[in-house]
Amino acid sequence: GKSPALGGRLRGSAVGKEGKGRVGRSEQRRACAAERLGGARGGGPAFRPPAHSRHDWIGPPDRLSNLRPVIFHVPQDESALERRLREARQDTQAWNQQFWAQQNASFQQEKEEFIYSRLKAKGLAVRDETGQKATLNAEEMADFYKDFLSKNFRKHMRYNRDWYKRNFTITFLMGQVALVRALRWLRWKKKNVGN
Amino acid sequence: MSAARRCSPPRALAGLFIWHLKKTGIRQVPCHFVHLCRVANDRLITFQYFNFLKRMYVTQYNKDLSQRAKPKSDSVASLFRESQQLDQEKKVIHKIIPISPVHQPLSKTSNRNELREMKLAAEIGGSATPLRAESKEERQWKEMKLRLDDLPGILARLSKIKLTALVVCTASAGFAMAPVPFDLTCFLLASLGTGLASCAANSINQFFEVPFDSNMNRTKNRPLVRGQISPLLAVCFAASCGVPGIALLALGVNPLTGALGAFNIFLYTCCYTPMKRMSIANTWVGAVVGAIPPVMGWTAATGSLDAGALLLGGILYSWQFPHFNALSWGLREDYSRGGYCMMSVTHPGLCRRVALRHCVALIGLSTVAPVLDITTWTFPIISLPINLYISYLGFRFYRDADRSSSRKLFFCSLWHLPMLLLVMFSCKKSLLEKEEKGDLHGGNHGRAMEIRLP
Repeated sequence: GKSPALGGRLRGSAVGKEGKGRVGRSEQRRACAAERLGGARGGGPAFRPPAHSRHDWIGPPDRLSNLRPVIFHVPQDESALERRLREARQDTQAWNQQFWAQQNASFQQEKEEFIYSRLKAKGLAVRDETGQKATLNAEEMADFYKDFLSKNFRKHMRYNRDWYKRNFTITFLMGQVALVRALRWLRWKKKNVGN
Repeated sequence: MSAARRCSPPRALAGLFIWHLKKTGIRQVPCHFVHLCRVANDRLITFQYFNFLKRMYVTQYNKDLSQRAKPKSDSVASLFRESQQLDQEKKVIHKIIPISPVHQPLSKTSNRNELREMKLAAEIGGSATPLRAESKEERQWKEMKLRLDDLPGILARLSKIKLTALVVCTASAGFAMAPVPFDLTCFLLASLGTGLASCAANSINQFFEVPFDSNMNRTKNRPLVRGQISPLLAVCFAASCGVPGIALLALGVNPLTGALGAFNIFLYTCCYTPMKRMSIANTWVGAVVGAIPPVMGWTAATGSLDAGALLLGGILYSWQFPHFNALSWGLREDYSRGGYCMMSVTHPGLCRRVALRHCVALIGLSTVAPVLDITTWTFPIISLPINLYISYLGFRFYRDADRSSSRKLFFCSLWHLPMLLLVMFSCKKSLLEKEEKGDLHGGNHGRAMEIRLP
């Protein structure tokens, strides 16, 4: 029969599909899939890379920030330098995510408010007869875009400066790590050739 | 090729199609259909192609482009937009299902999954069962491992190879217009050096702009955004293109051309790219960046910065404005959300005025060409129709300020420049004519001498 761990991981309709008491190939496959997407229902990272993988994994663009999340691989023999690099990348990823999610959300919200207020000023309903949302033409929206840009100018400047700093730091650390790894490999090669 | 087993090549291809379509607009549709049919014959058809067809269906149908014209694939969408997208998805999927049994998929398991997904999406109207959603999402996660056979394509996209090709063309035009005998090796070296310098500049630009590119529809499929290449590799590639490129120009051609190339890279990466988010003056800096390659071509041929070089640069400089201002008119929402300071967003009136101004300036510059002895007087006459046409479209853009006039102006600028350069080259003042003119003034003594000699 099914192990309790397996039953616990397969939540919702997944179990009902195959019927009780039969652990077929497809169910095992689904179990692996569900395991990899473990925290999906709980709201944590929705994907777990396969155990044998030694690389980072990059996912689809986030709904709010449009940035692609990266799950960083932590090797067994991670050096202090490599850890610094990974932490810098994780930190930048979280910081970027927070900025863009907030930026896009506020843009969307302010845009809706602007459309609503303009439509109201014109005396039009928000939704027309067919149930579709009425929109403003490009000229009217231009006022909003200009306003949004000038309102957020200082914030963008600050973000720019920080992003460039972080990008350079991370790339420089990547360069250092690559160099150290290359030297290590050369030393290993020399040792092996010597033997 | 085991590509049929992997989902990534078709998806990458589809991504490329979608990027290409969005970039070049509806005019390119026939070519893509042909390509699509060819690929379909190779039996690599997957759901991604149907997705692509859906996008084209939407784009063509909604000629009247308002805010919700193009459904953005993965960006923030209001509830309304999502439901509309799904309606159209349902419509297209119902169309597609009868076709799919005809195409025998090469990889049965992956396609079976995808067909199942399609049917479910049609039934449930977007909210697929958790398992289907899970497996679909799971497959969207990619291992960040660089595959060597993907590398050429990735580097081509990183270096914006098509833009680089256009830049090399303008540099070649500058070389061809120079009033010196044609030197093939010099020409090839100059073209190669310019191409390498352009690759380097474009790669650094993409390296700087990763989070901004992610948020704009036009640029969200770039290699660094998708994690196909690491930033370190992008920088190394840029260095390995830029250093040999500039060295080639400085040592293989002449130091002036090398200096111009290095200056152009600096201008593009360190001035234009950061300025895009600081001030609208970035457009003028960008126009200078576009104007330098033909000047480089000229100096490669002659070794000096003549008036002719500056005129060619001036023509390219003026051309940039109708081209870019018209393009940016349709991207105002993305620019505003991404924090880009563009004329089209903050000073729309100025944007259109400048575009019109520079269209008219092209007529003036074409007239100056024969004065500087670069071309014959036939050049301003023959080029007048196309210059007048682009000025007319510029005027329409200025007056109407809508999406259709901006698109017309943009597409016109795409063929206007090659045609202008071609006409210019065909009207080039031949060296023979110049020599004869020179003889009239100071060569008589020589001829007289010849006669006297036995």
